[in-house]
Amino acid sequence: MTTAIAPPAAPVFGKARGSRKVKNQVATGLVTLAFLVALIPLVWLLWTVISKGWRVIFHASWWSSDQRNITYQDAGGGAYHAIIGTLQQVAICTVISVPIAVLVGIYLVEYGKGRLAKVATFMVDIMTGIPSVVAALFIFALAISTFHMDKSAWLVSLCLVILMVPVIVRTTEEMLKLVPNELREASYALGIVKWKTILKVVLPTALTGLITGVVLGIARVAGETAPLLILGPYAQETNYNPFSGNQAALPTMINEMFLNSNQATGSTGYHLDENGNRVAGAAANFAPDRMWGTALTLIIIVLALNLIARFIGRFNKVAN
Amino acid sequence: MTQKDQPQAGDLPTPSVGGEPVVPPGVGGDSTGPDPSAPSLSKADPALVSSADPLAISVEENLPPVTGAGLSAVGKRRVGDRVFAGLAGGASSLIILIVILVAIFLIQKSWHSIGQNKANFFSTNPAWSTSANDLRFGVGGLLWVTVASSLIALIIAVPVAIGIALFITQYAPKRFARPVAQIIDLLAAIPSIIYGIWGYAELSPHLTGVVRALNHIGLGLFDKKFETGTIFNAGIVLAIMILPIVTAISRDVFDRTPRQNVEAAWALGATRWEMIRLAVLPYGRPAVISGSMLGLGRALGETIAVMLVLSTTSNFNFSIFNGGYTFASKIALNVSEFSTPISTGAYIAAGLVLFVLTFVVNAAARWVVNRRKDFA
Repeated sequence: MTTAIAPPAAPVFGKARGSRKVKNQVATGLVTLAFLVALIPLVWLLWTVISKGWRVIFHASWWSSDQRNITYQDAGGGAYHAIIGTLQQVAICTVISVPIAVLVGIYLVEYGKGRLAKVATFMVDIMTGIPSVVAALFIFALAISTFHMDKSAWLVSLCLVILMVPVIVRTTEEMLKLVPNELREASYALGIVKWKTILKVVLPTALTGLITGVVLGIARVAGETAPLLILGPYAQETNYNPFSGNQAALPTMINEMFLNSNQATGSTGYHLDENGNRVAGAAANFAPDRMWGTALTLIIIVLALNLIARFIGRFNKVAN
Repeated sequence: MTQKDQPQAGDLPTPSVGGEPVVPPGVGGDSTGPDPSAPSLSKADPALVSSADPLAISVEENLPPVTGAGLSAVGKRRVGDRVFAGLAGGASSLIILIVILVAIFLIQKSWHSIGQNKANFFSTNPAWSTSANDLRFGVGGLLWVTVASSLIALIIAVPVAIGIALFITQYAPKRFARPVAQIIDLLAAIPSIIYGIWGYAELSPHLTGVVRALNHIGLGLFDKKFETGTIFNAGIVLAIMILPIVTAISRDVFDRTPRQNVEAAWALGATRWEMIRLAVLPYGRPAVISGSMLGLGRALGETIAVMLVLSTTSNFNFSIFNGGYTFASKIALNVSEFSTPISTGAYIAAGLVLFVLTFVVNAAARWVVNRRKDFA
């Protein structure tokens, strides 16, 4: 599909001279510069997060304890509660999104001819463009204003569904379109009915592509913050039940640490050490370190998901 | 997205044997009638099997040939097909329903508040008061900050993205093209809140020099207001965030420039840059435009990065070095005021305007893509 344009193999008759040559060289320089310019924020951002965050996450307790009873002036604690929250919320979202999105993709490619398919395609486009904050407002209006539910982590998952479904629908569509029609025809020729052909021939052929799409969808929603701010308040302690009470998530934990990172410290002139004894000297503010540590944790999770998606994509039968 | 040469599964030939459409024996033409073995389906969702539904038609048209199967097997097959098509169609209907519900709920929940609003809805006066007996809010200021920061992002990101896309498709050796593209895609993988904290803690302090330099221009847009956390800073962060989107779409279309156009340019003795101007850029222009608009849509709706980077101020001013609120940051910063329906409604009204804005921008982007498809 992607055939790069080969550079001219044969020598050009007479080289470009004068202003044409200069223009060409300036353009080459600018284009290369554009790439280098784009690298600056990427490297800068990754460097900032890694250099400021690695000390925090290299403690076993970071991965196994929460922030219960720990203020920004206390050392210790971890991000376990937020990791659990993010994993659970994203898992609920994925369980709801994948069947719906794959079915929509199948409908658009395998069945879609009528007006319903046209409208659905348009609506998926619109859904792709819905900002996360608007999706969160919708869930708020629906669940909290109308049905008087409490803010809760599973409402965040519902909101993430709105953001995740169009991503998966798009990849499903792309992948199913790449499945050669000969496969379907061969299956029909053997007397296999349409739905079995889709389930047993088309979907398995496109499976790796579908998984890639799902993983990219997960990576897309795992870092969403706006729905959490509106629907899922932060909690300092681990909550294994996303259907009741507040539940932390990595993005809200970053936000919480961000809010605390400018807190004044040391007005008392002493602070408490791990054993509760008074120690002279102002307490440090641990929030900034934790903020970068949480950011690094989130980046590791999201980038790992992306690498997994890419790795699975390598085995894609139809795309390569 | 625009793979017009890909075979469409929907184009499968209507199953037929010897030119005659296949009618399974026994079941006859009674395919839309109630099937005795599927009463639960027709009861559960009559819309799915009603003949007015396009579904029923498409199931009919795409029915594979049935050869030599027993009566009962035929019956089962038809049920299976119908259930599956029903599920797929139902999921599609659900998507449509959700988008319509989003619009309905945003309108319904904000309507009352807009009616009670004592200020001009489009005023730039940002002193929001959301108490029930003195409701005053205006979205003009939000609109300006949102659009200004997104346009700054676009102005910065689009040339760079075109440059990167050209670098990947036309300049870089093929071996490097893929890794380079993946590195740029990494930018899209980083969660927006991390752009927010980085933009606030690292980028903004380093931009004060640029801000001061631009302040010297000193006209309207460049009036001196803030040195950090300006609309300009938010625009730069947004530019980095939308860069991979615009790059990916441009790259895709530059890669598919018709070969004969490229070779014709080479044959005329064009330099590489002249070839790009003659063949690659004209071919890719519509896609670059629509990619930019998709990026714009993303920038308009970005919440947390803007919220963390942008300084808040209630003094409205048209300078891009002022602070303020975008729609999204205003909503997200005031979640604590979502206590009564009337105050929530004010913020939902802001969300509604944002929804309409992104809707228009995205629809325009799709329109550009589809128009090109017709001519290609």
